[in-house]
Amino acid sequence: MEPITRFEGLAAPLALDNVDTDQIIPARFLRKPRDADYQRWLFHDLRFAPDGSPLPGFVLNRPPFDAATILVAGRNFGVGSSREAAVYALQAFGIRAVIAESFGDIHYSNALKNGLLPIRLPPERVRALREAAEGGGLRLTVDLERCVVASPDGAEDPFAVPAFARDCLLRGLDEIGLTLTHLPEIEAFEARHAV
Amino acid sequence: MSARTLFDKIWDAHVVLRRDDGLCLLYIDRHYFHEGSFHAFNQIAARGLPIRRPDLTFGFGDHYAPTLARSLDGVADPEIRGIIGTFERNVAAHRLTAFRLADPDQGIVHVAAPELGLTLPGMTVVCGDSHTSSHGALGALAFGIGASEVAHVFATQTIWQAKPKQMLVRFEGTPAPGVTAKDMVLALIARIGTGGAIGHAVEFAGEAIRALPVEGRLTICNMTIEAGARTGMVAPDETTFAWLAGRRYAPPAPDPRWRELFTDPGARFDAEVVIDTGTLSPMATWGTSPEEAAPITGRVPRAAEAPDAARAAAWARSLAYMGLEGGEAFADIPLDVVFLGSCTNARLPDLRAAAEVLKGRRVRVPMIVSPGSEAVRRAAEAEGLDRIFAEAGAEWRHAGCSLCAAMNGDIVGPRRRCASTSNRNFPGRQGREARTHLVSPRSAAASAVAGRLVPAEAL
Repeated sequence: MEPITRFEGLAAPLALDNVDTDQIIPARFLRKPRDADYQRWLFHDLRFAPDGSPLPGFVLNRPPFDAATILVAGRNFGVGSSREAAVYALQAFGIRAVIAESFGDIHYSNALKNGLLPIRLPPERVRALREAAEGGGLRLTVDLERCVVASPDGAEDPFAVPAFARDCLLRGLDEIGLTLTHLPEIEAFEARHAV
Repeated sequence: MSARTLFDKIWDAHVVLRRDDGLCLLYIDRHYFHEGSFHAFNQIAARGLPIRRPDLTFGFGDHYAPTLARSLDGVADPEIRGIIGTFERNVAAHRLTAFRLADPDQGIVHVAAPELGLTLPGMTVVCGDSHTSSHGALGALAFGIGASEVAHVFATQTIWQAKPKQMLVRFEGTPAPGVTAKDMVLALIARIGTGGAIGHAVEFAGEAIRALPVEGRLTICNMTIEAGARTGMVAPDETTFAWLAGRRYAPPAPDPRWRELFTDPGARFDAEVVIDTGTLSPMATWGTSPEEAAPITGRVPRAAEAPDAARAAAWARSLAYMGLEGGEAFADIPLDVVFLGSCTNARLPDLRAAAEVLKGRRVRVPMIVSPGSEAVRRAAEAEGLDRIFAEAGAEWRHAGCSLCAAMNGDIVGPRRRCASTSNRNFPGRQGREARTHLVSPRSAAASAVAGRLVPAEAL
């Protein structure tokens, strides 16, 4: 994976709580191969009418938000199904970070494994950033080295990322490769652990 | 050693190594996969890695399984045929044990694996499916994972985990007649919210949990994820040991170590919720989040009754999706279809509860019954439950995720309303624009007879 240190991008507001992964990508698209064009299915039933035409009311269909790379959501983003395709769809659309009050645990972990940054901020800051994003001109800088989200007005919101995940992302490390360096410990554990 | 929780005991017994920041590499005793795990197979194939412990890895063909027949003949969609074929090829290539479509022990992973005795007390269990929390009902530490984590477990038989916070949910007292495990867990989610247990592992305890059969405990642990927690668990007891006796992969007698799997007196939880089970009613959801639930004997709330402005907006949105105004009695809401099935509520006692209500009655709306496993199907047929369903006019199908996940081609249809024993009423969960009301098997059967959302007592 490419290392991630710092990036800047346009924020799009998604003023919804409890956005479940079924809404991020409906189940009927989960059978698609990994090299398929996953951005087409992101928020599919919120973005497109049954005849396939874009719904103008949905934020990511409206310029400039169709080029957003940071999503500012609400509470409990990505609850529900463990489908990692929710992350594939967000990334395929160009989203690199999601800012929310809270995340579904499995989605949070899936995001980190793929280099999509899930950023938890306090409710009042999420609301403030979402409102600031509504005008379509909010460009935020996400700095993973310093673990802050920087706003154009100079405000800096610190966020926490699990140390190991941050280390993997900053250095572009492959987690499986890293764990396999611990094979002797795994084998020693197996020798004393009866299943 | 200081007082430990059930969770602590299983966690501690599986730590391969611990980093300075507290992150642990946990050993996995059981890894279940399904057709949707193809991304993870591709990930290890791309790296040229083998599956480290094929003997601890078990496959279940459930998400895309057709429920009308046991072969691909009736599967028209080439992508669904393709995904089932990919599953078969991966099973063969890695020489894995799998319960395929035609296997007599095929079923939904969270129904069939416990039934086979694969999930045992004290084990760590993972699967690329969020309802893996179900297996905690047997006193295992079980949680759902994503595709990258599935690939990691394939390759290493371990997973990196930060220890979550811990929550104790005590169901005290005795439920009123007609109040089932499903109603208990829906009431819990309505109370603490869909994010109420995020970041926590939940242990369920209390008199009402102890009194539940294993199947009821599986229902409750299954829906822990709907309260935001990856893991739900119940300390194993004599009920558990008796349930496991004689199952194919279970030891002939309970392992003495299983009796040490309980939370020590004085062990600390980060949060505690107490539910007075005696006050609960049969529940139904009215909205598009499992937390949007209320007693089925009552009425749907109005958006204006929401506790705050944000929730009022969310409720209005949910009601609009559901085609409801708010304020109507559940008993006045007409249904189009009823689904009895899923990893939440398709075990033998669930089918018995529904059959008891249906006996001597006729359904007014189409009802689909999909047993949780082929073993459940056979056991139900041996008791004559299939005949009760057929005489009532319900459709008796084969095992699979079916209308819960809506991946195998079974869908409810746009703006059609379904009373469902499954676990999620999310928008589009049962097909685009489908309207889902989550209920217990008893209420599902009663609602099929009434053609409206009612508890069994209302018939």
